[in-house]
Amino acid sequence: MPDKVILKVKEMETYIGQYHILQGINLEVLEGYVTVLIGRNGAGKTTTLRSIIGLTPPSQGSVEFNGEMIHGLPPYVIARKGMALVPEDQGIFSQLTVEENFKIAMYKEDKQTLDRKDWILDIFPDLKPKLKLKAGSLSGGQKQMLSISRSLVNNSKLLLIDEPSKGLAPIMVETLANAIKQIKDHTTVVLVEQNFWLASEVGERYYIIDDGQTVQEGVMTDLVNDKVLQKRYLGIGTKE
Amino acid sequence: MDIFVNLTIAGLSTGMMYYLLSSGLSLIYGLMGVLNFAHGSVFMYGAYAGVLVFGLTGSFTFGIIAAIVVGAIVGYMMERLVISRVYGQHLAQILLTTGLMLVLNELIKIPFGSNILPAFQPEALQSSWQIGEIVIVKYRIFLIVIGLVVAIILNAVMAKTKLGMTVRAGVQNPEMVQVLGINIKRVFSFVFVLGSALSALGGILMAPALGAINPEIGLMYQMTGFMVVVIGGMGSLTGTLFSSLLVGLASSYTAYVYPDAATAVIVIVMIVVLLIKPSGLFGKGAE
Ligand SMILES: Nc1ncnc2c1ncn2[C@@H]1O[C@H](COP(=O)(O)OP(=O)(O)O)[C@@H](O)[C@H]1O
Ligand SMILES: [Mg+2]
Repeated sequence: MPDKVILKVKEMETYIGQYHILQGINLEVLEGYVTVLIGRNGAGKTTTLRSIIGLTPPSQGSVEFNGEMIHGLPPYVIARKGMALVPEDQGIFSQLTVEENFKIAMYKEDKQTLDRKDWILDIFPDLKPKLKLKAGSLSGGQKQMLSISRSLVNNSKLLLIDEPSKGLAPIMVETLANAIKQIKDHTTVVLVEQNFWLASEVGERYYIIDDGQTVQEGVMTDLVNDKVLQKRYLGIGTKE
Repeated sequence: MDIFVNLTIAGLSTGMMYYLLSSGLSLIYGLMGVLNFAHGSVFMYGAYAGVLVFGLTGSFTFGIIAAIVVGAIVGYMMERLVISRVYGQHLAQILLTTGLMLVLNELIKIPFGSNILPAFQPEALQSSWQIGEIVIVKYRIFLIVIGLVVAIILNAVMAKTKLGMTVRAGVQNPEMVQVLGINIKRVFSFVFVLGSALSALGGILMAPALGAINPEIGLMYQMTGFMVVVIGGMGSLTGTLFSSLLVGLASSYTAYVYPDAATAVIVIVMIVVLLIKPSGLFGKGAE
């Protein structure tokens, strides 16, 4: 059976104010894989994720999710179709407790959802003793764990994660890599990641975004071996 | 001593009315950044509807119910017809709601004229208690009790229900609430209608304390309402309650010593608070 394309983005363009930020994004995300989006700072990776889920709606092009055109729909409708976003700033409600952060995300509080929450807490055991605390009191790494956990409670088909390793200690990045490996058996992941180690550790397919356009795609292991490509778009190996 | 007690009771009861007026203003700004300069008109419509129905039926309870219903209806129409078209556009909100306020203020003059309309206290609350030298006006105590009950209910809803949780989350990060599959505009509409109903409740309750109402009370109380919200911190109900009482007390004491400064003192309190904490007493500010 051929791989199913769960998300298909075609010639997507997005303006923020008068700025033409995205100028032609094309993606085919295969169900069951981790697809990594990489590119320099300011290349448009965050805007790509935000445009897909409708926070900065594209002005041109199309977004097809699970066989349905979704561009132009409000974010809450897109989310309900089975898409979740872990934003760059984590989007934790710091005034709410950790438990409430889970609760507000739950579409239903049935047995399935509660079981799933238990499963999530087994992946991130650090959160277990913190359920009753204000989410604002968590460490940076724990907030990231909470943000990812929260995005998983509804059994979403597609998970968009924006630079989860940002600002985390190396040991936390390893924890994160392990967590993503466990998650990917249950849901398709699109991961924006600048940390090349993490990207190559969990990524299976990649897209490079440069100046608001997708310029290169392929299998992650090929990129790992292609020093020229890395140097050209990611600035890796060009230090000093 | 007796003067002090009376001024305190007057200040607290007026403060509670500021709370009813301001809680809606605070939440709608906190949730969607919406500035509603017609909110005071709802207060005024509540006062007129309540006074009218009280006069017709002789029942103050019916007057209160009428005010709440009229407030909710005016609020609902305002939100659907005007506010929902200008989400995220501050200048348009200010211009449109200010225009709306002027229109509503003129409309009320068609049936009622621009003269004052006397407003009476319900008979059961007209008397006072005398404790030694101190005379306690029953109606003022009634206002404080109602204000407290509303504050307790609002706090319980915010703390215990999923709606309250959503509002608290939405005040901090409305975008993320949407990403979690929640239609924040629906939540906002509901809060807007609730806030309008509370404002109208404030109007009918305040009317007998004023003795008479006129079309200008909306604008008058709204100015104070905005200052209360700014002092307490946009989006925080606790802040709004605290600052309502603070403002009520400050203007009550000042009015006794130097009546001309009763409004000025509110502005001074606001300036001092903003200098110390620009996001208001309980505002979220930069974390
Ligand atoms: N709100 C905004 N207003 C103006 N420009 C923006 C805004 N958000 C992002 N940009 C610009 O869009 C470009 C892409 O940003 P972003 O998608 O955040 O990049 P990345 O996530 O790849 O670092 C950058 O040049 C950034 O400056
Ligand atoms: Mg980014």
